[in-house]
Amino acid sequence: LKVPEDDVRVARKGLGVIPSMKRVDTCAAEFEADTPYMYSTYEPGESESRPESSKKVLILGGGPNRIGQGIEFDYCCCHASFSLREIGYDTIMLNSNPETVSTDYDTSSRLYFEPLTVEDVLNVIEVERPEGIIVQFGGQTPLSLATRLQAALEELQIPAASGEGMVKIWGTQPDAIDAAEDRERFEALLNELGIKQPPGGIARSQEEALVIAKRLSYPVMVRPSYVLGGRAMEIVYDDANMERYITTAVEVDPEKPVLVDKYLNNAVEIDVDALCDQYGGVVIGGIMEHIEQAGVHSGDSACSIPSQTIPEESLATIREWTPALARALGVVGLLNIQYAVQEGQVYIIEANPRASRTVPFVSKAIGHPLAKYASLAMAGQSLEEIGLTEEVVPTHVSVKEAVLPFSKFPGADVLLGPEMRSTGEVMGIDADFSMAYAKAQISAGQSLPTDGTVFLSMNDQNKERCIPLAEKLLENGFKLVATEGTAAALKAGGVTAVTPVLKIHEGRPNIGDMIKSDGIQMIVITSSGDSLDAVDGRALRRSALSNEVPLVTTVAGAVATVDAIHAIKSGKKIEMQALQDFFEDA
Amino acid sequence: MSPVAWVDNDTSGNKLPNVLIVNPGNGVTQTNLSRYQHRTQPGALKCTCSSDSPWSSNDARLVLEDGSVWPGVSFGAKGTTVREVVFNTSLTGYQEIMTDPSYAGQSVVFTVPHIGNVGINSDDVESKECALGGVIVRSLSSRVSNYRSTSSLDAYLKQQNVVGIAEVDTRALTLRLRDKGALVGVISTDASLSDEQLVEQAKSWSIEGLDMISEVTCEKSYEWKDPSIPEWDFAGVQKEDPLHVVAYDFGIKHNILRRLASHGCRITVVPASTPADEVKSLNPDGIFFSNGPGDPSAVPYAVENAKQLLGEVPVFGICMGHQVLGQAFGGKTFKLKFGHHGGNHPVAYLATGRVEISAQNHNYAVDPSTLPDGVEVTHINLNDGTCAGMACPEKMAISLQYHPEASPGPHDSDPVFQEFVDMMLSKK
Repeated sequence: LKVPEDDVRVARKGLGVIPSMKRVDTCAAEFEADTPYMYSTYEPGESESRPESSKKVLILGGGPNRIGQGIEFDYCCCHASFSLREIGYDTIMLNSNPETVSTDYDTSSRLYFEPLTVEDVLNVIEVERPEGIIVQFGGQTPLSLATRLQAALEELQIPAASGEGMVKIWGTQPDAIDAAEDRERFEALLNELGIKQPPGGIARSQEEALVIAKRLSYPVMVRPSYVLGGRAMEIVYDDANMERYITTAVEVDPEKPVLVDKYLNNAVEIDVDALCDQYGGVVIGGIMEHIEQAGVHSGDSACSIPSQTIPEESLATIREWTPALARALGVVGLLNIQYAVQEGQVYIIEANPRASRTVPFVSKAIGHPLAKYASLAMAGQSLEEIGLTEEVVPTHVSVKEAVLPFSKFPGADVLLGPEMRSTGEVMGIDADFSMAYAKAQISAGQSLPTDGTVFLSMNDQNKERCIPLAEKLLENGFKLVATEGTAAALKAGGVTAVTPVLKIHEGRPNIGDMIKSDGIQMIVITSSGDSLDAVDGRALRRSALSNEVPLVTTVAGAVATVDAIHAIKSGKKIEMQALQDFFEDA
Repeated sequence: MSPVAWVDNDTSGNKLPNVLIVNPGNGVTQTNLSRYQHRTQPGALKCTCSSDSPWSSNDARLVLEDGSVWPGVSFGAKGTTVREVVFNTSLTGYQEIMTDPSYAGQSVVFTVPHIGNVGINSDDVESKECALGGVIVRSLSSRVSNYRSTSSLDAYLKQQNVVGIAEVDTRALTLRLRDKGALVGVISTDASLSDEQLVEQAKSWSIEGLDMISEVTCEKSYEWKDPSIPEWDFAGVQKEDPLHVVAYDFGIKHNILRRLASHGCRITVVPASTPADEVKSLNPDGIFFSNGPGDPSAVPYAVENAKQLLGEVPVFGICMGHQVLGQAFGGKTFKLKFGHHGGNHPVAYLATGRVEISAQNHNYAVDPSTLPDGVEVTHINLNDGTCAGMACPEKMAISLQYHPEASPGPHDSDPVFQEFVDMMLSKK
C-alpha cells in the first residue's frame, strides 16, 4: 500500500481494532490458571492479561537465534530480569523465541510471546504500561526498534501503571544510540574528543565507493551501516572486487550507505565492555585482546582477558578514551567498544551502546555479573551503590574461543573473515595464557597434536610472518611441509628444514594425498583470496575438516596454538578448577 | 460518523467495540453485528455481511439456556438441534469422538481450533453412526490432508444429519461452560426462529433423567467382527481358544471390542435391556458392561441385571458400565459440573501409585462414600479427586470410569484388558 507502518497503526487503532491478550494456560481453559504466559491475537472476547498496577519493567528479548544473535543476549535479558525482581520490580519479558531461558514463564513475572516489532511492542506497552523499557540487552534486534518506540512514546504519553511517571525507555536514550551508529555524528564526536579513527568515508553509490577506496588506498574494509554479526562486511583488495561487492553483496543507496574504512593490516583488535550509571560514573568491565588479527570478526576470534601483548601506553589510551566516549554519548547501562592497535597506535573501530555478546564471558572472567549491574544502573543506582567502581584485572587468564559449525555445512569454506560465522563459544581458564588457550581449544573440539608433521601454506601477506612460527614448530619437534612459495620464503628467512609439497592442482602426490593418508597432524593455511584459492585452497581446507586434522587459518592463531602445545608438552597438567574457585568471595 | 461506537459488554464488563468493515470503493459500512461478536442479551439476528465480502456469512447460531447467542457459519447438516453442550479438550481424534455413542444427547465443542484437517475415513469410527446432535468448532479446515481420508467432515456430517457450526469463539464458550457448568444449547440454521424462541427451546430441555441408552443400543445381539483393517490396531495376541465375553451394549465403542479381541476374547454383543438369565444362558467366561450416554440413574433395568449377574462370573465395566456396577453394588452416582472430556486426564492407580494419562468422556461419577464394604476405590482422577475405578474382589468385579481403550487417547491403561482376561482365565 506504500503507507508507513505508523499510519496503518494509527488507522487501525482509530477503528478500535486492538488485539486481546490470551494466556497459554496449557489446559484449554478447562481449569483456572494463572500461568503468566501471554500472546496477542486479533480475536474478540476477553483479554486475559489482567495487568497489575505494580512497578514494572519491560525487557525486550533478542528474537530468534541466528549467527551473531545468540544465547549471550538472552543471558543478559535473564540476568536483568532476575536482578530487577530482586529489588522489587515486576519484570515483563517480551520475546518470540521458545528455545531460550528468557521465555521460560518463570524467569520473569510475566512473559509475552510476541514478535519484536514496534507494533507488537507498543501493543504490550499499552496494556501493561511499564515504567521502564529495556532495549539494550537483546542485541541489535530490539535496539533497532528504539528510535521509533521513543517517537511513539513521546506522542502517546502513556502514564505508568504504578502511578509513578510516564512510560519511558530506560538506560541509554535512543538519540545516543543513533549518535554512535550514525557515521557522521559519530565522527564529529570522535573529533571533538580527540579519539582516532581509521580513515574512511561513507559511500552512497558505487562511484563514491571507488573514489573513497582510491583515496584510502587498498586494502579497505567495506560494510553496510547498522549491521549485526558483520553481515556482508568484507575486506576488499582492489577495484574489481569493490565493484563486485557493491553490485552483488549489498544494496547501496542514499538511505543505506556503505562504510568504507582503511583496513589496518596486522593490527590487534581489542574489545572493551564498560558499565555506566546515570551520574557519569563509568567502569571498565574488561579489556579483551583478540588473538586473530583485525579483519576476522570479533565473534569468530579467540580473545583473552587480561590482554597479553598490548603495550601499557595503548591500554592507558583505551582506559582514557572509553569513559570519555561513554560520558559524551550519555550511556547508561552497557557499552561495547572495539579498538584496533597497529604498531602502538590505538584506533577506535566502532562503539555499540548496548550489551554485547562478550558480556557473559567478561562477567565470568572478572567475577561480576555485568548485566545485572547494568539493569540496576538503568533503574537509577550509582556504581557505588551497585558495588563496582574500579576495573577488575584478574590474575588468572580467561580465553574465549569461538565454536565454528563448518563440519555441519558440507561445501562451506572454513576461512575466517569479517562476516561472523561462529555458532557458540567456550571459555578456558588458567593461571597461564598458553594453558588457558589450550583448554579453550580442547573445549571447542579442536584437538592439539604434540608431534608429527605440520603443513604450512601462506598467502603473500603472511609469508614473512610465518618464519617465527615455523621456528617455533621446529623447536617443538614438528616436521614441516609447505607449498612451494611458502617453502621458498621460509628458506630465504633461514628456515631450511622444510619439505616442499605439491598443491592439489599441481600434480600427484600432493598435499591432499598426504592429508588423506594421515601424514599431516596440523595445517596452518591462510588464503590468498584469489580464484584459484577459492577452488584449490577450499578443497584443501574441507579435506582437513573431513579428515579431522586441526586447522588454523590465521598466523596469530597458529602462534597461540603452538604456545599451547608447548605448554602441554612441557608436562603441565591440564587441571580443572571450578569457576567459583577463581574468586574469593564467590 | 465517529469511527468507534461502543456497544455491548464482554464478560468482564468491558465494552466491546463495533468492528467496521471497509468495502473498497463503497467507503465504510458499519455493521451492528460482527461475525464474531456474541451478545449477552437475546435479540433479533441481523446478519449483514455484504455479498462482495470474501468470507461466508453467519447463517447459524448457537443459543444457550443462559440467554447467550453465538453466531457462526454452518457446516454439516442444516436444521435445529437441542442438546446438552460440553467441551472436549483432546488434541486429536475428532472422528472417534463424533462417533462415540456416549455423546448421544449432547453437542460437543472442540477446544482445539482446527477441526476436519484429516477428513473422515472408514476405519476410525467407534460406532456405525454419529450419535451426537451437534458439533461446535472454531475453524473448519477448508482442506483435507490425509492419505486415509475418504470424505470431508462437512460431507460426512451432512450424511449423518449432524448440525455443525464454525467460527465460534470456542475459548470464550469453554470459559463459560467451565464457570457455569454444562449448559443446554440449541444450534440452528433456521433464520425464521428468533433468538428468544431458541432460548426458550434450550430452557425447556434437560438431559437429566433421560434414558439415552435405549436410543443407541443394538437391536439384537451379534458376534463381534472387526470391520476395520487390523493394521490400525496396536499389538495384540490372537488366542487359539478365545474366552467368551458377553458385552452389554449401552453404546459400546468399537475399540473396546477390538481390545478385548486382541487380548484373546470372542465377544457376543447384546442389547442393553437383555435380561440376566438370557446372558447366563450364553455361558460367558466374563461379562462386560460398556460405556454409554446419558444419566446412569435413568437405567434401573440395567442396574437390576447387573445385580443379578454379579458374582456369577468375572465382570468388567467401563464408564457407564462402571456407573451401573456402582449402583448395582448399592452406591449412587452424581452429576459433575461439566464432566471430563479429553485425553490428558491423570489417573492414579492407588495400589502402585502409578499415574496413567487417560482418555475420559463422562458427565457423572460414582460417589465412593455410598459404596458398601467390600468395594474399594482403585483409581482416582488426580484433577479433582473423583473416583476413577473400583473393584470388588469377592464378586470378581473391576471397573473404570475412564477409557482404557483410548480412541482417541493414550494407551497407558491398556493392561486392564489383560487383567480382565487373567481374571477370567483364573476362574475357568
